Amino acid sequence: MSEDEFLEYVQGGGQVETRDWMPDEYRAKLIKFIEMHGNSELMGVLPEREWILRAPTLQRKLALTAKVQDEVGHAQLIYRVVEDLGKPREACLDDLVSGRAKFHNVFHYPTKTWGDVGVIAWLVDAAAIISQKALLKCSYAPYARIMKKICWEESFHILHGRDVVLTLMNGTDEQRELVQEALTRWWGPLMQFHGNPIPREDDPMFVWRIKSQGNEEARQQFLDGYVPQIWELGLEVPDPKLRKRDDGVWEYTEPDWDELRYVVTGHGPRTADRLDLRRRARERSAWVRQVVLAEAA
Amino acid sequence: MIYEVFRQERKGQAFQHAGSIGAPNLEFAEVYAREQYGRRQESTALWLVPRDAIDELDDFVDELGRTYHRVDGYSLKAKLKEARERAAARSG
Ligand SMILES: [Fe+2]
Ligand SMILES: [Fe+2]
Repeated sequence: MSEDEFLEYVQGGGQVETRDWMPDEYRAKLIKFIEMHGNSELMGVLPEREWILRAPTLQRKLALTAKVQDEVGHAQLIYRVVEDLGKPREACLDDLVSGRAKFHNVFHYPTKTWGDVGVIAWLVDAAAIISQKALLKCSYAPYARIMKKICWEESFHILHGRDVVLTLMNGTDEQRELVQEALTRWWGPLMQFHGNPIPREDDPMFVWRIKSQGNEEARQQFLDGYVPQIWELGLEVPDPKLRKRDDGVWEYTEPDWDELRYVVTGHGPRTADRLDLRRRARERSAWVRQVVLAEAA
Repeated sequence: MIYEVFRQERKGQAFQHAGSIGAPNLEFAEVYAREQYGRRQESTALWLVPRDAIDELDDFVDELGRTYHRVDGYSLKAKLKEARERAAARSG
């Protein structure tokens, strides 16, 4: 099979297994994309981890812990896929903690109140699940297959987040204010989440059918699914231009793409702290890995 | 070591490949598999198989186009129509 034939194959909906021949360029793109996803699952638990000890009830503490376990589990599954493509997990973690690798913009920001926990689990996970559902059709079959399990677990995250938000919205004015303030802060990063609206034909991840939809398609789907749910609770979206046109397309203020670029290249308000936490945790647990691997050998 | 995990969703169903896990030995693999594929009671049983133990065959080419032992080798529509017409003509 030539590179052109391969391209035609995946563009026609063909799927690829680990041991199949694939162009080097495709393998490199897969590793880059999937590794970034794994990094995001792993870094994504840090903002939520900050709230496990501060969760308002035992039930919330347990649910949040379960969500954190899910996300770390996603990272494990995803790094396994990367490993089979040729990059060991340890190399991924090296690149992550040294700041060479990327992870999603939303995990570079601080969490300030319990309202953030609801908004993150509801809306950040909603934005993520839109991307992940589109990966069920990924041309690389092993990745598409684990996405089924991941999406199944994500649906619990969204419900849990919505439950937190609804409880606050049914509470006191102060509690409602927590949600509104968190939503206002998170809206910018949420709108940047799916990336700048390059035409999908110019997006190498779409060309190789690693992704099955373009960035703007994903964002429109997010707006269409969630803005009505936000509005019906009496919450305000901090964008005066936001509206659904008669043809069904959502209009909005241009997201701050400079902020996105700046944040994901390692300059977010919490990037350094969180990478540092990962680095220290990895160093502290190194002896465990050594003992376990020595014993198993 | 890489272990391939197969899970059975409900009693009586076939085991299906679920994914793989990396573990230093079977003891760890069991713990990881339990957590990864069974902690929400989504499986009734798991099979763990070392990847090296799997023998894959994937060379199933039908060089001669032998459709006679498959259902797609038998399209009965036209023949059935004709047979029905003949039967109707005979009895009519
Ligand atoms: Fe996740
Ligand atoms: Fe999640």
